Amino acid sequence: MGDLITMDDLTNKEILQILKEANTLLPVARGETYLPLLQGKVLGNLFFENSTRTRMSFETAMKRLGGEVINLSSIGSSVAKGETLYDTMQMVDGYTDIAVIRHPNQGAAQYSADAVSIPILNAGDGAGNHPTQTMLDLFTIHEAHGSLEGLNVMMVGDLRYGRTTHSLSHALVRFGAELTLVSPESLKMPAEIVSDLKNHGAEVTETEEMASSIGSADVIYMTRIQKERFPDEDEYNKVAGVYKLDASDISEAKAEMIVMHPLPRVNELHASVDSTKHARYFQQAFNGVPTRMALLCRGLGIKVPKKVK
Amino acid sequence: MRRVTAICNGTAIDHIPSGHALQVLKMLRFDVGRSNPISMVMNVPSGKMGRKDVLKIEDRELNQEELDRLALIAPKASVAIIRNYSVAEKRTIELGSELINIVKCSFSNCITQNDREPLPHKLKIVSSEPMEIRCSYCGKNQDIDEIVDYII
Ligand SMILES: Nc1ncnc2c1ncn2[C@@H]1O[C@H](COP(=O)(O)OP(=O)(O)O)[C@@H](O)[C@H]1O
Ligand SMILES: [Mg+2]
Ligand SMILES: [Zn+2]
Repeated sequence: MGDLITMDDLTNKEILQILKEANTLLPVARGETYLPLLQGKVLGNLFFENSTRTRMSFETAMKRLGGEVINLSSIGSSVAKGETLYDTMQMVDGYTDIAVIRHPNQGAAQYSADAVSIPILNAGDGAGNHPTQTMLDLFTIHEAHGSLEGLNVMMVGDLRYGRTTHSLSHALVRFGAELTLVSPESLKMPAEIVSDLKNHGAEVTETEEMASSIGSADVIYMTRIQKERFPDEDEYNKVAGVYKLDASDISEAKAEMIVMHPLPRVNELHASVDSTKHARYFQQAFNGVPTRMALLCRGLGIKVPKKVK
Repeated sequence: MRRVTAICNGTAIDHIPSGHALQVLKMLRFDVGRSNPISMVMNVPSGKMGRKDVLKIEDRELNQEELDRLALIAPKASVAIIRNYSVAEKRTIELGSELINIVKCSFSNCITQNDREPLPHKLKIVSSEPMEIRCSYCGKNQDIDEIVDYII
């Protein structure tokens, strides 16, 4: 019941409610106050694939709320010995109250949710979904603009493989966003996603050119071109340097425009942006903590108080 | 004109899309290891559908669950249960909302590709016209033309 596998598991109203709770939990996320809402609860962190930010922010979120975390390391464990996901999950079901799973196979999160009774939070399944990332992105946008309604959002870079832009764009059009998708021809957003977005009534523009849309953007969401996806170095080099955002590019931007990036960055986002008022990516990474706190509470059916002292 | 001789007892499946009778047999798991006499006509003229295939399986009354598998490739087929040379019952094929353990997801990176994983294969019927089927786990749409290759 408390599962979160794709963004379709949440209505717009629920999304806004969770963002509100995350906002309430900010002082707890910063460690300014201690609120042991999840005392006595155990989170299973199941990362069958590497992660830095997601795993650590879940761990911090759980601990700041007074809960405990156990980690599965797949190397050398029964997983490496060929145990099925089903069997691994039966053990996790017995040891924990809620689990976060990242897995190389698509569908693994839904499969796990079907296999056990504890709530499952999907932290990335193959090239599939990563809804907790989408929630922290939405939190960051809402924090900056005071609303999610009708924003003009630019997404730049690898829109083909970047799963964060897939689920974020789905979520944003539910709130009436206008999207400008900037990518090289070879890294365009998959056609079925673009058609889904348009069927939703969204205004979607696909272009290879970044500069002309910056002036009207409320959000610029930069992504890394993922070297590991390319068959050879030459192909990668052709597109690697095409988008580079630096401070001078955004000097004419709207005052309240924010620059986001799921991190890690390479050269698509120059350090000169860091000191501008537009930079929001480190804040965005931190926002994983309050957002995941609210999602852990939702998963475990624990009510977040309206106010935190 | 009836092109195949009448059968005494069994099941007649009419109005199979032309060229698909062999796939229907495969979906019904009648393609190997059975001893029932089966007669088949392919590409015969039909008033309703231009050309069609027809299958007659002797000494076996197919049940609804078996017939519903056919919804994937022959959703408009008409089925008659034959007893003592005449039509005793007519059945229609129904496309439910989910296919459980009927076909496998074809996506190579889907969690269900591991044969040792014990949970049932589940595919959701997103729409029936045009036919759109999506794996309930990985969310990938399936290629309807190739779906017979993934029958369990
Ligand atoms: N004894 C039989 N042996 C084989 N097939 C039969 C027999 N009786 C009827 N059928 C077949 O069953 C199907 C339906 O029967 P039919 O008498 O044509 O009913 P209707 O046209 O009213 O649906 C047809 O394909 C027909 O050829
Ligand atoms: Mg007839
Ligand atoms: Zn699948």
